[in-house]
Amino acid sequence: MSGRTLASPREMVERLVAGDRRAAARLITLIEDQSEQSGELMKLIYPHSGRAVILGLTGSGGSGKSTLINHLIARFRQQGKRVGVVAVDPSSPFSGGALLGDRLRFQSHSLDPGVYIRSMGSRGYLGGLARATGDVVRIMEAMGNDLVMVETLGAGQDEIDIIDVVQTCLLILTPGMGDDIQAMKAGIMEVADLIVLNKADLDGATSCQKALEATIGLAGGRGEGGWTPPVIPTVATGSRPEDVRGVDELVEAIEAHQAYLSRSRTLEAVRARRVERELGLVFKDEVEKLVFKALKGTGKKRDYIEAILAGRGDPYSIVEEVLGAFVKA
Amino acid sequence: MSKEKIKVIVSKVGLDGHDRGAKVVASLLREAGLEVVYLGLYQTPEGIIQAAIDEDADVIGLSYLSGEHLVYTPKIVEEMRRNGLEDVLLLVGGSFPPEDIPLMKRMGVDEVFRGGSLTDDIVGFIRQNARQEA
Repeated sequence: MSGRTLASPREMVERLVAGDRRAAARLITLIEDQSEQSGELMKLIYPHSGRAVILGLTGSGGSGKSTLINHLIARFRQQGKRVGVVAVDPSSPFSGGALLGDRLRFQSHSLDPGVYIRSMGSRGYLGGLARATGDVVRIMEAMGNDLVMVETLGAGQDEIDIIDVVQTCLLILTPGMGDDIQAMKAGIMEVADLIVLNKADLDGATSCQKALEATIGLAGGRGEGGWTPPVIPTVATGSRPEDVRGVDELVEAIEAHQAYLSRSRTLEAVRARRVERELGLVFKDEVEKLVFKALKGTGKKRDYIEAILAGRGDPYSIVEEVLGAFVKA
Repeated sequence: MSKEKIKVIVSKVGLDGHDRGAKVVASLLREAGLEVVYLGLYQTPEGIIQAAIDEDADVIGLSYLSGEHLVYTPKIVEEMRRNGLEDVLLLVGGSFPPEDIPLMKRMGVDEVFRGGSLTDDIVGFIRQNARQEA
């Protein structure tokens, strides 16, 4: 009995919904590779998704995202929740290869049947995630996970796609990452619902926490009822288990934010934002596929490229012209 | 249609703490355009197999330097069979006596690359033999 036996899309999705991790693994590959069946598969998967709690963890490489997730998995498992984790690492822009090095931090949970972990290369997609990350979250929801965590690749300042996928976004910072001006810049600081100051046993943690809190205080609360992102100091790694600090407080803060989302009806807005992003992505992909399929064999694509190179046209005018013809047809 | 990207699990197993070779190979495979899930040190056969299932990996690469290759390799092969991973390529690398190579191949290892192997040979073997989409 091989894991690769080809089942029909319906059969595979049935197995996924029953919690079969092999079906999940296979489906994720098919979606990630944008195989021809992926549209058909996502149509079947979609109705089974949309109910899980979705957390995002973002922050620079080395800030401790994976190590914190490892602790969070343990806590959520104690609560009896089934947990899915999607960990994105960068693909090389030159070779297309990737070294996916997050899973080794969660490997202690690998034999727990209530935990499903999947690593993804970003495959040239910008924004801190991979193209298929949103769909992979849907697959993990359909699989029956109560909670899904998404780890971005080591994002710096503007990789904020994550807010359109998750409900509660954790930004992981460490002391010594710059002065208060860094914290005042637009971008990633603004998308955080919780700010985790990891490695809080390092020098400068207290002043860093004060600077962060001051910056957040200036920005004021966001949304209805005004959620103010708390700053939670944590120590995720220690030579002894008792050196690990702040994880319980972090779990409480996550729960508080989820409660806020439900209370303020912001959860509906967050879900709508997720769907809006999906709609945009699918439209973009399908329109592109449609147009290139129609152009295939006509030699027109080549003509367009040559025209642009020769200065007789530009991509904007050509796309406008081609799409204009499509919309009329 | 071939798979978009070949996915390889690179791991050490048991108490062997020498991971330099595994790290070098993982980096070389990345440079060759493969997706490498690096598990690193002190893994168990069961944990490696679970990772291969969850990640839908095409290849498992094990690195040995402490002489445990004849102990752990049959356990990995057995776990692969038990879990229906016969079509996943199993490669072994590292340092061991040459006379153990045929032993490991008889156990079910697809290919063995000792220290001094060329990147092109490893990558070439993977590209030729990793499973293809139907």
